[in-house]
Amino acid sequence: MSVKNFILVCGGTACESSKANEIYDAIVKETKAQNVMDDVQVVKTGCFGFCEKGPIVKILPEDAFYVNVKAGDAREIIAETIVKGRVIPRLLYAEEGLPKAFEMEDIQFYQKQVRVVLRNCGFIDPEKIDEYIARDGYKALEKVLFEMTPDQVIQEMKDSGLRGRGGAGFPTWAKWNFSKQVQSDQKYIVCNADEGDPGAYMDRSTLEGDPHSVLEAMTIAGYAVGANTGIIYIRAEYPLAIQRLQIAMDQARDYGLLGENILGSDFSFDIEIRLGAGAFVCGEETALLCSIEGQRGMPTPKPPFPAIQGLWDKPTVINNVETWANVPVIILKGGKWFSSIGTERSSGTKVFALTGQINNSGLVEVPMGTTLREIVFDIGGGIRNGKAFKAVQTGGPSGWVITSEFLDIPIDFDSLTSIGSMMGSGGMIVMSETDCIVDVTKFYMDFCVEESCGKCAPCRIGTKKLYNILNRISKGQGVMEDIAKMEQIGEAMKKAALCGLGQTAANPVLSTLRYFRNEYLEHIAEGKCRAGKCKELVRYVINPDKCIGCTACARKCPVNCIAGERKVAHTINNNLCIKCGACFTGCKFGAITRL
Amino acid sequence: MIDIKINGKPVSVPEGTKILKAARMIGVSIPSLCYHKDLKPWAACGICVVKVEGSPRLVRACATDVTQGQNYITHDEEIHRIRKTVVELTLSNHPQECLTCGRNQFCELQKLAAEFAVREIPFERNVRPLPVDASSPSVILDPAKCIQCGRCVQVCQQLQDVWALEYLHRGEGTRLAPVGELPLNESPCIKCGQCAAHCPVGAIYEKDETLTLLKAINDPETHVVVQIAPAVRVAVGEAFGLPPGTVTTGKIYAALRQLGVDTVFDTNFAADLTIMEEGSELVKRLVEKEGDLPQLTSCCPAWTDYMEKYYPDMIPHFSSAKSPMMMQGALTKTYFAEVRNIDPAKIYSVAIMPCTAKKYEIMRDENMYSSGYADMDLVLTTREISRLFKTAGIDFVNLEEQEADSPIGFYSGAGTIFGVTGGVMEAAVRSAYYLVTHQELKDVTIKPVRGMEGIKVGEVDFKGTPVKVAVAHGLANVKSVLDEIRAAKEKGLELPYHFVEVMACRGGCIAGGGQPYGTEDGTREKRINGLYRDDEKSLYRCSHQNPDIMEVYEKYLGKPLSEKAHHLLHTHYTPRPAYKFKDDSGVKLWQEAAGK
Repeated sequence: MSVKNFILVCGGTACESSKANEIYDAIVKETKAQNVMDDVQVVKTGCFGFCEKGPIVKILPEDAFYVNVKAGDAREIIAETIVKGRVIPRLLYAEEGLPKAFEMEDIQFYQKQVRVVLRNCGFIDPEKIDEYIARDGYKALEKVLFEMTPDQVIQEMKDSGLRGRGGAGFPTWAKWNFSKQVQSDQKYIVCNADEGDPGAYMDRSTLEGDPHSVLEAMTIAGYAVGANTGIIYIRAEYPLAIQRLQIAMDQARDYGLLGENILGSDFSFDIEIRLGAGAFVCGEETALLCSIEGQRGMPTPKPPFPAIQGLWDKPTVINNVETWANVPVIILKGGKWFSSIGTERSSGTKVFALTGQINNSGLVEVPMGTTLREIVFDIGGGIRNGKAFKAVQTGGPSGWVITSEFLDIPIDFDSLTSIGSMMGSGGMIVMSETDCIVDVTKFYMDFCVEESCGKCAPCRIGTKKLYNILNRISKGQGVMEDIAKMEQIGEAMKKAALCGLGQTAANPVLSTLRYFRNEYLEHIAEGKCRAGKCKELVRYVINPDKCIGCTACARKCPVNCIAGERKVAHTINNNLCIKCGACFTGCKFGAITRL
Repeated sequence: MIDIKINGKPVSVPEGTKILKAARMIGVSIPSLCYHKDLKPWAACGICVVKVEGSPRLVRACATDVTQGQNYITHDEEIHRIRKTVVELTLSNHPQECLTCGRNQFCELQKLAAEFAVREIPFERNVRPLPVDASSPSVILDPAKCIQCGRCVQVCQQLQDVWALEYLHRGEGTRLAPVGELPLNESPCIKCGQCAAHCPVGAIYEKDETLTLLKAINDPETHVVVQIAPAVRVAVGEAFGLPPGTVTTGKIYAALRQLGVDTVFDTNFAADLTIMEEGSELVKRLVEKEGDLPQLTSCCPAWTDYMEKYYPDMIPHFSSAKSPMMMQGALTKTYFAEVRNIDPAKIYSVAIMPCTAKKYEIMRDENMYSSGYADMDLVLTTREISRLFKTAGIDFVNLEEQEADSPIGFYSGAGTIFGVTGGVMEAAVRSAYYLVTHQELKDVTIKPVRGMEGIKVGEVDFKGTPVKVAVAHGLANVKSVLDEIRAAKEKGLELPYHFVEVMACRGGCIAGGGQPYGTEDGTREKRINGLYRDDEKSLYRCSHQNPDIMEVYEKYLGKPLSEKAHHLLHTHYTPRPAYKFKDDSGVKLWQEAAGK
């Protein structure tokens, strides 16, 4: 008996938190209730990327792409799409002014994307090794073990031009080559899965959707550099990814793809998981290694670089999840193929977690060299509620704001560096005119204060001082000297902090001071927050000429500080007002003004 | 060799040299704060940043190896500005209590603030109200003053392998504390005081008890007896501008008398006595096969504390001989009191020591009261007595040298080298050789046990009997020696050593936790050479030749290891838990975690 239909239910963390599990269960139940269980296979996959519209359900072979699915839709999906072969229009994605999209490819969100890293996410059941193997999984490992020398593997990586996706963009082959050349009785391969940028979840989705690709890649690297132990350092806050990795490792061992004499070769390699406790700094490679060793996760000076002297002083190759996920494809399709994607010095694709004031938030994978404008406006569908674009922050709390004047620069390592920014690991937070630059910067600095490891003085003390100044400015207590002080502290952090995180922690301050200095000055000199986000600087008043006394605002006010009779102009008691803005957005007559 | 340039000036240095050191080789001093020559670069403070020509980034001079052909810029306007900002940031979180600080005038942060001409602190102040931990009899922890340079933690964990100090919390909340937030005295701390000796500021300092001594001196009823340790004589002079290693024994005696002390003795005498007892014990184990071999020395209180906490299975190997200080104390209130007809209750017995652990040792167990009174009443460190000499207006440098008092003040060269690593071993070998062979050694210099190597091993021929010895200093080095012994015992193999000397501090007592600040290997070497010079010009080079030692046995103790000697000069050791939890919940948690 052959299966006629596949129903792919997204099992990424974002969709799971929107109760994708219930949908999966309901669909399975319905297949039984409607007696089609032999014709249908229900698969829980990894992330589809279009998280804005999740949970996603995709039906094969029809390619019907359903968005915002609820458990209650299960009966109809089976009855209509599976039994009668009819799509359900209300579950299809619709873009304003465009006809309903039937397939993924019809959706603009996917049109400019190229899926290399996320090639299997949303296609396979990550908990079944056979599905990975069916999509050429472990073929690269086989090729490496039986057809290639370690030097040829490294040469292939060199040809690919792959650069580390964790932030700094160091050529991957060079790391491998350093480690290979060191004589040592023990070497280590480490996967950095300590993704910690606010709003970033590229690595989590990759591990949840395609864990085997990382296992295969690490094994290949082990063969290339002469290591037989791999360690995946993953934050404990990623339980689903950990669980799927564990399942994948067990299955790979059962299949002889991990462990002693892999595929009958002389090569042995195994992987273990270490859980991180959620310290942002442990994503910094030297701190990560300290943490694995059981010490406080604090960076150590480089050199020595881990590739030469890393974990327990042994040569250690560390790459992040996204970097690893590229490796099997490079081996299979060749370095030349990979380098044909992207730009000359930044080959391949990059996955971004697109969030913030954007219509289509989600996980996007684009060729290097795609412009910011394409990502924000074509893929991301532009700014939410038709507001004006303000800036994009790449690289998370270490990043540099990119303003509209740079919207057309190609996103690659060198272009971003040339404008003072950085690629970072792929967090991309879009800001609109509704965001206050002081407020956003304060948010990042708060994160840095929390996540500073406390080892070096410039970062430990500098972040807190910067935060306190920003906090004062946001409350209208700033003074003009604060600007110079922030620049002074920022410079010292940039030049004298120990690790990459400390050196870049002042970037949000320094970059916004460069591009949005006026907003700071407005806060300090005029006590004004143009976006209305700094509550201490905002006051709401009701214009009695426009107010018709409908009482809508008074009913919306959570602290009951709006008084007035029906059909009589209302007033706001500013002593009690908490500046939430509910009245402002709720007034249909434009009678409330934000001062 | 690597050819580089420092500010354009060429210099060739060995591969692996750090920029900071390379610069110092040609007389360029790069300011630094967390860096210490004893330790691996921790790279925390951010003061020693320099430019690599052609690179926009600054690197830490303390931690970065030189690279062939590079030109390093160590000083310019930008570097100065950044360093000054970092100093200002550090000061902004540091109490401005310089005048009342234990490190006033010796503070490395204060020095930087002066050099960078910090006239105001431009940043918001944030000094945390952290309580002072005065639970330890030896050192005081003032975490509010800590600048998180990492030295003490590295010293405690890496040099000493004690793991009593740790950083807690993160970010700006990072603070120095004993592990598990225990009071210091309930932590595994062994009181060696190396944390205090390495702290650049006033966050850890010795418990100051100078006033207690003055009070005793001021009491006409009290007979104040002071003994000085071997290592003190080569260090006190540093406070008065004399180079490290200047032997000032006679000046210290004179200064103490000028201070009003009644009787001045020398711990070196008791060091000779220790050799007689400990040497006889070794001979007993070696020749009469009574007791466990190898024998381990026991004169360092930090080491005995460490052993009781971490290697209690080694207790049978310990020499039961008390430390020289405690022997001197016991004899002061018995033999000396009898000879001079002084009521021992009226004697106030004080030791000037290079060591903070000695403050704890005087009350470590009931054997420290063998005279019927507290054998020792007070311990002051070298730093404390130097301060006292200064406040008493003593013109130390120009003092006429004096002699110690009798009958327990005269010492041999063997007694004086107790203050250096290998010295106890050397002194013991000189006399044990005599005790075993009844002949004097021709050359009393035992070369293999000298020097700064962390572990020194050697073999001495006792006329056909080879005696294998090992010397370890800096407690982290002890571990491998002890593990070697343990393994040999477990496997029933031939013992690797017969006699092992351990001193907790690198270089021995001359670099103890109570010695003058700024100790590093250069200073250590000078102080060591000072004691070796003192030995060489001694009338007697061996403890058993010291006529006052012979006399004390003749008139009072009988012979080494006699019953009286045992009562006054020996002690015992007991296993102690490293962590003193109020209840056993912490221990349970720990055991559970370890079990899993």
